[in-house]
Amino acid sequence: MFDTALTTADLLFLARGAGITIIVTLISVALGTALGIAFGVIRYQVGPWWAAPLTFVLDVFRSVPLLIQLVLANAFMGVVLKLKLSGFTIACGVLTMYTAAYCAEIVRGGIEAVPMTTRRAARSLGLTWRQDMTNIVMPLATRVALPSWIGLALGVMKDSALVYIVQVTELLKSTQILITRLQEPLFLLMICGAFYFLISFPLARLGGYLERRWSND
Amino acid sequence: MIEIENVHKSFGSLEVLKGIDLTVDKGEVLTVIGGSGSGKSTLLTCINGLEPINGGRIVVDGIEVHAKSTDLNKLRQKIGIVFQQFNAFPHLTVLENVTLAPRKVLGMSKAQAEEVAVKQLTHVGLGDKLGVYPTRMSGGQQQRMAIARALAMSPSYMLFDEVTSALDPMLVGEVLDTLRMLASEGMTMICVTHEMKFAREVSDRVAFFHKGVMAEIAPPAELFGAPKDPELQKFLAATH
Repeated sequence: MFDTALTTADLLFLARGAGITIIVTLISVALGTALGIAFGVIRYQVGPWWAAPLTFVLDVFRSVPLLIQLVLANAFMGVVLKLKLSGFTIACGVLTMYTAAYCAEIVRGGIEAVPMTTRRAARSLGLTWRQDMTNIVMPLATRVALPSWIGLALGVMKDSALVYIVQVTELLKSTQILITRLQEPLFLLMICGAFYFLISFPLARLGGYLERRWSND
Repeated sequence: MIEIENVHKSFGSLEVLKGIDLTVDKGEVLTVIGGSGSGKSTLLTCINGLEPINGGRIVVDGIEVHAKSTDLNKLRQKIGIVFQQFNAFPHLTVLENVTLAPRKVLGMSKAQAEEVAVKQLTHVGLGDKLGVYPTRMSGGQQQRMAIARALAMSPSYMLFDEVTSALDPMLVGEVLDTLRMLASEGMTMICVTHEMKFAREVSDRVAFFHKGVMAEIAPPAELFGAPKDPELQKFLAATH
């Protein structure tokens, strides 16, 4: 068919890179979402004035390019704090905060979309603030926030390509290594793209499935 | 018994309740009528502590609603309230809407809560809608579900805040019938309403609110038959 120097071992090398991409994404999205929910609830609950310091920190993580964040975090941890953290830890840490910063906004928007009158009805039945949050607000906010959250998770997965800068050999870095050796950039990038697609597709479909299911409510 | 003593309530600089004194006895049906902005709905939300008050006090069965030591979540179990908007929890089925509070607040088992919920839903004529999501029901059905949801907590008092105002005229009747049924069963009720015919038929007493003041209170025959307050006379003339 066509000639390539790509071997099974090379494909496994790419698959390992894809594995790192998946793990970094899973950790960052899971922790970042948990933190983002906490930050979003705090921002909604305490009001703009008291949340200003938190908002500022989150704005920094949303505004500064991820690549710069990774380099600075790496330098700060190593040179200033003298902590011997692995590139993987730094990558997960920075991506977690990056995810949390965006997720906090999504969560806040989701909570605000729950009508105050519905919450009043819940509280008037004797439900506590926490019971109202867990049984009424969060399920309803999730429905509103899901499409944005899926977009965020997919974005973080693709942005995780930047963690090569802290010496983490994820999917794109693995591809680049092979390109340097095999000199078949287009073919290798196609395979790399296919890997990214395979990783994203189930998440995107899960989002579609949940939206359809919830639309029956 | 609900005792309301000299209650003042302001939203910013706007005083919406200007010293309300009122007592509602066990088993009594009190309807509150009046124009928009007269403070009648605000009074209801103050009674179950959803709104703080700026002066006076409200005492329900000996418990002062706005005292710092009062456990409002516990007090609210005694006082059911149904609002103008149906406020169904759209992500839960009708049965789940009604079982939620008995399970979470009263600590009932799922089976116990479902037994109570089915009883109350059947009572309001929704026994065949248990697995349906509220958004698939008419406004009248959603409002009856909201009533069943409040009743499932076995409240001593029920507050109804213009529960028919958001309904199609066609659907008002079914909700009013439910309220009539509750009244005939001896439930203590305060109903804020624009339905004069209902107020006349069902109430033990009717209170007329005007600009944050309770201008007149009397049994319906007297209040509708021989209104003394000039504002009430105007109001009745306008609504008839």
